[in-house]
Amino acid sequence: MTGSQDGTRLARVMGKGWLTPVLAVLTVGSLAILAVLGLWVAPPDALQGDAQRLMYVHVPVVMVAYLAFGVTTLASVLYLWKRTRHPQWDRLAAASAEIGVLTTALTLALGSLWGRPVWGVWWTWDARLVTTAVLLFLYLGYLALRRTISDPDVRARRSAFAALIAFVDVPIVHYSVEWWRSLHQESTLLPDGRLDPQIEGDMLIALLWGIGALLITYAYLLVQRYRLAALEEGFEGRALEAAIAERRAEADPEPATVGAS
Amino acid sequence: MRRLVSELALVAGKDLRIEARSRVTTNQVLPFAGMVLLLFAFALDPDRGLLPRVAPGLFWVATLLAGLLAVSRAFAIEGENGARDGLRLSGLDPAAVYLGKAASVTLQLLALEAVLAAGMFLLYDVEVANVGLLVLSAGLATAGVAAAGSVYGALAAGLRVRETLLPLLLLPVVAPVMLGATRAWEAALSGAPSEAWPWVQVMAVFAVIYTALGVVAFGPLMEES
Repeated sequence: MTGSQDGTRLARVMGKGWLTPVLAVLTVGSLAILAVLGLWVAPPDALQGDAQRLMYVHVPVVMVAYLAFGVTTLASVLYLWKRTRHPQWDRLAAASAEIGVLTTALTLALGSLWGRPVWGVWWTWDARLVTTAVLLFLYLGYLALRRTISDPDVRARRSAFAALIAFVDVPIVHYSVEWWRSLHQESTLLPDGRLDPQIEGDMLIALLWGIGALLITYAYLLVQRYRLAALEEGFEGRALEAAIAERRAEADPEPATVGAS
Repeated sequence: MRRLVSELALVAGKDLRIEARSRVTTNQVLPFAGMVLLLFAFALDPDRGLLPRVAPGLFWVATLLAGLLAVSRAFAIEGENGARDGLRLSGLDPAAVYLGKAASVTLQLLALEAVLAAGMFLLYDVEVANVGLLVLSAGLATAGVAAAGSVYGALAAGLRVRETLLPLLLLPVVAPVMLGATRAWEAALSGAPSEAWPWVQVMAVFAVIYTALGVVAFGPLMEES
């Protein structure tokens, strides 16, 4: 049952020894370059000044959040689909959901920091903000559910359904919140298209680099978290085996001492 | 199809009979929801004319909180004496069990909403311009909450921490229903039914999607717990 030992393609890829150091170096290196690009190379925004530099992290982080939840959904479907059912998909879904929750929270935090100097408020009831906040709670619930079930098969199946149910809700939340704000908005804090400025040159390069860097970060975290999940399951399995062996030894001391030595 | 309906009625009838004898919804959930209405009046000073304006939102928050208890209860009744295994071995179609449970929750919540709405009109000084819209949107919202709630009830069934887990799982999912029901009721109170139309649609879509999900997911969820 432990992922590193079974021969599926995903497990083989995840188990490659060189993956961790290579991804680690790429992650740290690309993030460092992103810092240089975003803070020094790219010019300050004509309207927002230096605050706009947050975009180079904010936008890539949102993209990773969406990607992470997409991977969770896909992995959950693959787990539920009988022909592709395998514990590896559950592990992948769990690993990706954790990164998704982290990046969603980071998105909100970064957006808040950006909003304060630009809009004058930490938070505004904009459709995108509200949807993101609901998204965070949806997947916090998913992670909470995962933590409460100890049986791996039950956990995998229930979590997979929970992930699908949560995912289906995302467009409904999005559209309803959008309607809500468009019907009730008194003042528009976000002029149309302000988040899609016509950027070019160094700004565009910094943004594209940021997307690449955060994608590598996602891959790095995903591999680490996936391996950890596989190890945890292996550990649980071993602890169970040890406990069974102990009980057997209690019941029948003679042969057990021979077997243990 | 006929079998599904008769099995559905069997499960819903069983749940409602248990409720009729135990009176948990009428004696515990309903007074709780009523108390929440009172608490809102404490929080928002009744003399400032704020209550009638925000009454729909307050009503739906109180209903959602009561709905959580109702869903939790609907699955707690099978928590003891291996009743869940009994239900599983009964040979009933899991889809019928799900629909029966959702129907029972819907009926209980509708009854609760009727009493709660009377309380709201009494306490909050609210007038209704469009009763039909009020009833329609309440029906759709309740069906949606019961449909989603029954899926999550099955997801959390048998877990030791389900009382604390269920609110976290269910509330974000039903956020669009809360939003829709509140806006639709505002429109029904102020007499602008055209504004309610998109919300009625949202709630209908929500109820249909989650009922379909529940029908599909309930069988596998019941099998392993």
